[in-house]
Amino acid sequence: MAIISRGFSGKRKASDVELPPGQYLTTDFPVLSAGPTPRIPLDRWEFTINDGKNVLRRWDWESFRDLPAETITVDIHCVTRWSKLGTSWEGVSLDTLFDDLKTDSRYTMVRSYGDYSTNMPLEDLLNHQAWIAFRFDGKDLAPEHGGPARLLVPHLYLWKSAKWVRSITLMDRDGPGFWESLGYHIYGDPWREQRYSGDQ
Amino acid sequence: MAGATLLRRPIVWRVGTVVALRDETPRAKTIILDLPDWPGHLAGQHVDVRLTAPDGYTAVRSYSISSAASVGNRIELTVERLPDGEVSPYLTQELQVGDLLELRGPIGGWFVWRTEQSEPIQLVAGGSGVVPLMSMIRSRATAHSTTPFRLLYSVREPDSVYYRDELQALSEQDKTISITYAYTRTTPKNWARPAGRIDAPLVTETTWPAKLRPTCYLCGPTSFVETATRLLIATGMGDDMIRTERFGPTGDRK
Repeated sequence: MAIISRGFSGKRKASDVELPPGQYLTTDFPVLSAGPTPRIPLDRWEFTINDGKNVLRRWDWESFRDLPAETITVDIHCVTRWSKLGTSWEGVSLDTLFDDLKTDSRYTMVRSYGDYSTNMPLEDLLNHQAWIAFRFDGKDLAPEHGGPARLLVPHLYLWKSAKWVRSITLMDRDGPGFWESLGYHIYGDPWREQRYSGDQ
Repeated sequence: MAGATLLRRPIVWRVGTVVALRDETPRAKTIILDLPDWPGHLAGQHVDVRLTAPDGYTAVRSYSISSAASVGNRIELTVERLPDGEVSPYLTQELQVGDLLELRGPIGGWFVWRTEQSEPIQLVAGGSGVVPLMSMIRSRATAHSTTPFRLLYSVREPDSVYYRDELQALSEQDKTISITYAYTRTTPKNWARPAGRIDAPLVTETTWPAKLRPTCYLCGPTSFVETATRLLIATGMGDDMIRTERFGPTGDRK
């Protein structure tokens, strides 16, 4: 039962779009991260898929950029409550990266340069739901927004879209990444408002 | 009070009663709330505040806790009024003693200082980013900790300084905490350093040497935090020694 805030009416904007519960629209692109912004020279960048023991796939920047890329226009939703609509990215689909890779693992841990990590089920990375993005709004992705390349999983809260992405580890069992072990939700679906640990 | 236990507990909505309000600056107000069953918080954590209009419309924003870590039933939030804000004008101009306020928390387990940390602490605040850092300073005082603290506080002008008297009293009584103000727009009279943004000489002179391996907590607008991080790294600080909390025009704590 909500408490009515005496004298509050709010500043509502007419909007045709439906946002996930508790979100509001923004047109700029705020930056949120837990520490310094890593600067990764392209000649030292690599991205791997591994199973925790062995590297299963590996790309350097050149071979990664040789992969077919897609232009993606998606809405993004940050757990700090802003949503941004129709953002335009260019990136490589995870379906391309996982092409012909056989695994029984159902979970993943995504890791970044700068030691960030975030977990999600493998099925959330596949079937045209996730990309490794390297351009935003027609320009190379800026370091503060995750450049040279970040994960983009727009159907989950944006903390799952790991900046400065470096690897994906396949796991048999789910386990928390960085924010998930610090009070944030293990899955993070904005439409179910799964913000914090314990939210249904 | 183990932090991990606090973090695992579901974070439920609670109703607090405003027991006092205090002006910090012409634009910022501290709200003192009584919250029965508050589970306690760590220094640096924040809460989500929810306002509800009579027709059911709600708006939620996050605000840092400025009071010391505790398990008591009082917490303090300091809120800066944003001219185009939806929630901060209400909290700073409309809210009165005796009103009820819904909030959820404490939230966040990364940008926190725990009293058992023994390394030197470097705090760097840009404007209202001082709020969670004040919780750390107050927690240190409450715990009678002698962990050496330094605060570098970048602020527009003398009138914009939060907690001025309390910070001055603390640094006069206690030589293990030192505070450096950097004024960006207007300085007090006879101030040695001209108004301007923080720069390499200031950071080198007033922050802990990297060889002491301090933990640095930086909070402020994104551009300020980016600059401060670069300047600290230039003094030799490792990435692992720096924790940041940023806000922008909308990704904001206000």
